[in-house]
Amino acid sequence: MEARPPGTLSGALLIARKDLAIEFRTRTAFFSSLVFAVLALTIFYFTWDESIVTPNDRAPGVLWVVLTFSALLGLQRSFGIEEHDRGIDALLVSPISREAIYLGKAIGNLIFLCAVQTVAIPALALFYNMPVGRPLVVVSGIVFLAMVGIVAVGTLFSAMAVNTRLAELLLPMLSLPFFVPILMSAAQAAARVFAGRPVSEVGFLLKLLVAFDIVFIFACTLAFSFTLEE
Amino acid sequence: MFGRRRAVDAVDLTLSAGDCVALFGPNGAGKTTLLRLISGLLKPTKGTIRVGGQSLRDDASARGLLGLISHQSMLYAALTPRENVEFAARLYGVADPRSAATKALERMRIADRADAPVRSLSRGLQQRVSIARAIVHDPRVVLLDEPYTGLDAAGGAALTDMLSSLRTGGASLVLVTHNVEEGLAIATQAAVMLGGRIVRRDDARTIDQRVFQSDYRAMVLGAIDRANERVSVPA
Amino acid sequence: MTSVSRQDPRHGVGGKSVIGGFFVIAALAVAALYVRAILFTPLEAKQGAAQKIYYIHVPSAIGAYTAVTITALASLIYLWLKDERADRMAEASAEVGLVFMTMVLITGPLWAHKIWGAWWVWWDLRLTLSLFLWFVIVGYLVLRGAIEDPAMRGRYSAVLAVLGALLIPFIHLSVYFSMAHMHPDPVVLKPSEPSLPREMLITFLSGIGAFLLLCLALIQSRYRLSELKDEMAAVEAERGY
Repeated sequence: MEARPPGTLSGALLIARKDLAIEFRTRTAFFSSLVFAVLALTIFYFTWDESIVTPNDRAPGVLWVVLTFSALLGLQRSFGIEEHDRGIDALLVSPISREAIYLGKAIGNLIFLCAVQTVAIPALALFYNMPVGRPLVVVSGIVFLAMVGIVAVGTLFSAMAVNTRLAELLLPMLSLPFFVPILMSAAQAAARVFAGRPVSEVGFLLKLLVAFDIVFIFACTLAFSFTLEE
Repeated sequence: MFGRRRAVDAVDLTLSAGDCVALFGPNGAGKTTLLRLISGLLKPTKGTIRVGGQSLRDDASARGLLGLISHQSMLYAALTPRENVEFAARLYGVADPRSAATKALERMRIADRADAPVRSLSRGLQQRVSIARAIVHDPRVVLLDEPYTGLDAAGGAALTDMLSSLRTGGASLVLVTHNVEEGLAIATQAAVMLGGRIVRRDDARTIDQRVFQSDYRAMVLGAIDRANERVSVPA
Repeated sequence: MTSVSRQDPRHGVGGKSVIGGFFVIAALAVAALYVRAILFTPLEAKQGAAQKIYYIHVPSAIGAYTAVTITALASLIYLWLKDERADRMAEASAEVGLVFMTMVLITGPLWAHKIWGAWWVWWDLRLTLSLFLWFVIVGYLVLRGAIEDPAMRGRYSAVLAVLGALLIPFIHLSVYFSMAHMHPDPVVLKPSEPSLPREMLITFLSGIGAFLLLCLALIQSRYRLSELKDEMAAVEAERGY
């Protein structure tokens, strides 16, 4: 009875499923993210004079703050669970490839973020009386592109940070400069779409986002093998 | 190598099917490092590890023949034992992972607690789940780092039974332990590791346990004295 | 009882000291630059004395980016060859790069305030890029500080450095595309022909030269310091501490 270990993609999906099962069981990161989202939405609402800056203008800003922080929460947890009882060792000893581990973690993180945003974006639209229509759909797409980049880089740094003494400090510290091009492009694009500009006007920014995603998924998958081998 | 210190030096070990090497040695002798090297968690600075004829470095599927039981449980506390072991079975591509998981849990006599989250189990029971996870894919080589720690009498008996049946099935074992009695009971070879080297090798079936025990104690104490001597050299 | 050869710790085993001749020359060059810049270069018409910050700001930037490039290249070499000398070079270069980059971030706002009336301008490509590179370098050094094992430290920081280098074009482009519409007039050196009058140009170019010298000298000194530290650690390990 020959055992056939899963290939890279099936291995990745296996790991992603396992991660999501754990998160579903505990739900701590998910609920923390939602609580934070509501808090941010509320604070941002009340910190400006409504006659000067309308909620509509503030909405894009809140969106990205919520996204970034819920991403950091999820990413922190991502390798935290592997470090706790050295579950990562079991993964490394198995025949599954290093790329599969990275991709699996990244996919799990991405799905987690999507779940959070599925609640956060409608909440944003609701509380800020945003027009629900094509702009919101386009912005959701931009958010997704941004999430891919955030997860690509963040998963790698989460794996690195968890092996160090300053894990909780290092993940946000290392990620920040890498999130900047993602957030800058995505936020600017989303702001313009929200303001009613046509999508073609933000073409350059979107292409930059996609380029970032592709380059860094590739680079981080490669880099991941380096960070694991001892 | 850790920095400039050789954790494991010039170790040459060959195992055949059904062999069991009991590896004794004081803390810091390099036993855990050796296991981590064999399992592929650490890459050797020099030399190769071969499992079933395949080099571990070149062939990832060679890892599929290994099972590792270490100090940490390597379990996911939020999942149940069944989920943990089934996940491991799927990682190794075992056909019918669900029944393989059930069988492994039964062998370690933990099947009755299979559906409560691992964190609700005591350390000893977690250890049993950890062992079940390590052997669910019927490995050819099993590496065990002090597996009897934390196990009660029933757990220990289940482990010994399981190791014997693994050996009868043709698997090789490397057993790191402090307990000379338990180690010699199932071993075919006995080795002692000091300062990263294997300093003594015996056929475990023919040696006298008491003689071995006192020799071993002498070796360990001697090593401690020598280490103390080195530290007190004046600058 | 083993005999220990007595040596002047400042000179290490090879006999070279940390503060070498190269460093002295570089320091003198920078001092000479300051004298020239302050006393012998004419004032710029519109900006007055504040414009002289330019002679520090741009050379610092060039020094910083040189150091960062060295770190990235040394990191690539380390990942490929696993030679610890490459790791040492990457670390030395990163620390020097941090110093120069900090200078850029201090002189930048000082100059910006004089010219545009605002302390920070997001659309200035060089300044923004410098800010985020500064974060990358700080992250690099904190990461190194947080890892005990030398092999892991080398690998992790090398990966970060290479990824950081990969990041640069993306930051540049994202700032350009998202902020460029706010940018008034480009106040950057025209690539085709330097539009500075001759006297200022000489000061400017020698400034770049002097800072480059200083940068390389500091890297060499820092590298040497690192080498000595490692040699000492090796001796201690052998003695069994």
